[in-house]
Amino acid sequence: MTLASGLLAADTPVAQNVFFYLMSAVIIAAAIAVVTTKNVVRAALYLIVVFASVVGIYLLLAAEFVAVTQILVYIGAIMVLMLFGIMLTRAKIGRETDLTNDNWWLGLATAVLLVGVMGYALIDAYSDDKLPRDTQVATIVDNSGQGSNTATVGDAIFSQYLIPFEVVSVLLTAALVGAIVLARKDRG
Amino acid sequence: MLFAAQAQEAAGNDGLMLNQFLLLGAALFCIGVYGVLARKNAVMVLMSIELILNAVNINLLAFGALHGSIAGAVFALFVIAIAAAEVGVGLAIVLIIYRNRHSVDLADVDAMKG
Repeated sequence: MTLASGLLAADTPVAQNVFFYLMSAVIIAAAIAVVTTKNVVRAALYLIVVFASVVGIYLLLAAEFVAVTQILVYIGAIMVLMLFGIMLTRAKIGRETDLTNDNWWLGLATAVLLVGVMGYALIDAYSDDKLPRDTQVATIVDNSGQGSNTATVGDAIFSQYLIPFEVVSVLLTAALVGAIVLARKDRG
Repeated sequence: MLFAAQAQEAAGNDGLMLNQFLLLGAALFCIGVYGVLARKNAVMVLMSIELILNAVNINLLAFGALHGSIAGAVFALFVIAIAAAEVGVGLAIVLIIYRNRHSVDLADVDAMKG
């Protein structure tokens, strides 16, 4: 199978494909801007663009609850935290020349090698797989055979995945208490 | 030629290709890896880690959609929660480093270097 067959299927919904490639182009361009820009604040703003476009990809995969959570947690909370971090560490607000390591080319070589190997492996292994058209109309499965993905997610979290969910809650509490303890001013 | 063969094998019930999402995830992951390796500023490294986690989420949801399983969405939610915890602790550590050394340059944090 060639690259073209991995990326384009003949009998696909055109609108979804157009939306997917539009979102992908924005994601890739903004992500490259995040890792190459010379301005820390601008990098954070490009990162918001990446997150917002990834929301579009989630919606395409009929994961509307994850999409809304991404908006609330990533764009709403994590990015504000990042901007606070930038301000509190007094990064220069304008252009900064010293943001990249001297041996950045080593990182570039690693990333290019990795994308080559992963791309080859993915095209080799999965070029025949197509997503069912069903996932694009907001239902995957439900016990009763109907209902939304959101209902299914809630059902799964509080039945099958209850223990992992509780563990994540405890971890989140511990991490945030730890962060407060670490960042307190009067601590040593 | 290629497309004609595909049109034949494509059943009427098929939607998007799985590989579209996987390759997007791979590209986003590798951009994040480049950012982690190449950036000096600790906050920028944390941002690159967020790119990597988003790539993982795309993969989880794509495989969940492929298998008609909700597990992909559930674990994507767990990843988002872990990412929130990681950013909180990570930024606290970066703040301590800044307070002690007045710099967030990762090349300056070399106390463990022999």
